[in-house]
Amino acid sequence: MTVAVRGLDVALGGRPVLRKVSLDVPAGSWTAIIGPNGAGKSTLLRAVLGLLPSDGEISVAGADLGRLKPRQRAKVVAYAPQNPNLPVGMSVFDYTLLGRSPYIPHLGRESARDRAVAAEVLDRLDLAGLAGRPMNQLSGGERQRVVLARALAQQTSVLLLDEPTTALDIGHQQQVMELVDQLRLSDELTVVTTIHDLTLAGQYADDLVLLSGGRVAAAGPPAEVLTREAIEEHFDARVRVLPGPDGRPLLSLERP
Amino acid sequence: MSAASPPGPAKGNHAARLRAVPLAVAVALLAATLLAGLLVGAADLPAGGVLKALADRLPFVRVDSGLGVIEENILFQLRVPRALMAALVGGMLALAGAGYQGVFRNPLADPYLLGAAAGAGVGATLVIVLVPGDPGYGVPLAAFVGAIFGVFLAYALGSTAGQGNGVATLVLAGVAVSSFLAAVQTFLQQMKAEELQRIFSWILGGVGSADWHQLALVAPYSLVSTVVLLAHGRLLDVLSVGDDEATSLGLSASRVRLTVLIAASLATACAVAVSGLIGFVGIVVPHAVRRLAGGSYRIVLPLSLLGGAAFLELADLVARTVIKPGELPLGVVTAFVGGPFFVLVLRASRRQVET
Repeated sequence: MTVAVRGLDVALGGRPVLRKVSLDVPAGSWTAIIGPNGAGKSTLLRAVLGLLPSDGEISVAGADLGRLKPRQRAKVVAYAPQNPNLPVGMSVFDYTLLGRSPYIPHLGRESARDRAVAAEVLDRLDLAGLAGRPMNQLSGGERQRVVLARALAQQTSVLLLDEPTTALDIGHQQQVMELVDQLRLSDELTVVTTIHDLTLAGQYADDLVLLSGGRVAAAGPPAEVLTREAIEEHFDARVRVLPGPDGRPLLSLERP
Repeated sequence: MSAASPPGPAKGNHAARLRAVPLAVAVALLAATLLAGLLVGAADLPAGGVLKALADRLPFVRVDSGLGVIEENILFQLRVPRALMAALVGGMLALAGAGYQGVFRNPLADPYLLGAAAGAGVGATLVIVLVPGDPGYGVPLAAFVGAIFGVFLAYALGSTAGQGNGVATLVLAGVAVSSFLAAVQTFLQQMKAEELQRIFSWILGGVGSADWHQLALVAPYSLVSTVVLLAHGRLLDVLSVGDDEATSLGLSASRVRLTVLIAASLATACAVAVSGLIGFVGIVVPHAVRRLAGGSYRIVLPLSLLGGAAFLELADLVARTVIKPGELPLGVVTAFVGGPFFVLVLRASRRQVET
């Protein structure tokens, strides 16, 4: 489903963090939000989720997200935070089952269907063997996949991932990004990620949105957004940008 | 990644749920300690007679207990209410502790965190100081109201002072309200130093004065908070991922927190009203349960209720037998018995649960 943000203003403690941010994410596409530290990337995701008070319009498939109750919103948009809280001792299966919360009556309990969905998601992510493992005994890559599993168990059409690859080595970065891409294609998910690694963002995303100082500085296909000039201006970094074999830009740092 | 994982071993058997065996063990423990509480006491009642007299009270059962009128009275006016009260107080404190720990996402939270103890202290002291002679049920009533008032004050202060960062502000407000009310209590107590003995004996806690009337006073509130808290096990598990993530999972985190806080505070107020300030139970019992049976609140809440009841029953048994015919303050015993018991639990459980 299409995600549209119009004129979003967010202030934290009286300080404006996002100013008149607008973006469109076509249904089934992958949009990466890039930008220097403190540009407001995570704030944007949190505002879309309704975790922060904001002015402006946020809609999914034409429906105003701000008017939905948390439970209804959680059936439309799933979220994997940058630093998820991992409840001590909770099993991978129970953690995945938390994703079924919006479907369980307030004081009710999980149905057989909820358990089946959780088990199926774990199966798909090759995590079935870890189902009984406590969350605090996972490696970084496993943990990231389990957090993804919880989001998938919500069975939403929009997936918001905050820095899904931080603290992962290059192999696990690739693994997680490929997995997200596969899931996006097979389940027709609309994916929005914030991401630090510009080359990685350019490799996987259909569109990039460059946030800088709380505003959208550039938006469009990777080759248009990731230019030497834009990166120098907004990141204060000197890089060489080369077109890769598939036309997507590759970045390498230039020593002064 | 290996694709060779066997299909579907995860069909719910990895879900942490209350299983029959730990539940049966907890129920058996409580039954055993309750029975011991009825059989042991200053007056030597014959065990067979006590059992027969109890059976006689069951519907459709008629047994001649062989107990005299005085012995019957000791059993049903002193021991039964006392045993039930110890169980109720222990169960409420442990359940409230587990609830607070869920709300604050911290296993070190205790039922007195938000000023319930200090509030109850002020209430009880006020009545002892102001009402000459025996205030009867004035003390438990005032302690109950004081405990609720203390928590309300902390919550009001915490939610007006702190936008965002709610839980930390609430804890700080609890600390501020607790010290303020403790100061008020100390001041009142110094004004009337001749009542120190009675004030301290209330603070140190005990269920020696339990009777049916007191039980009737707190039982309804205890029942309500028990039902509410036990119903919130799954929601506290969802809340354990933090407010933001819980909200993204469709939970109204603040609503769940407020509901659980009110229910847990009501449970705490019930306990302090009739027993004074008994420490240790609210932290240690839920923690022991977590170590032995698992960390899901669907396990911790019901087993804390049963375990807390059994634990305090045992502590009360110790309190009234160790220095016969005198009695130790119950609060002293819980710490004294609880400390070594907790070390045993820590050693016995190899489960990797961090505090």
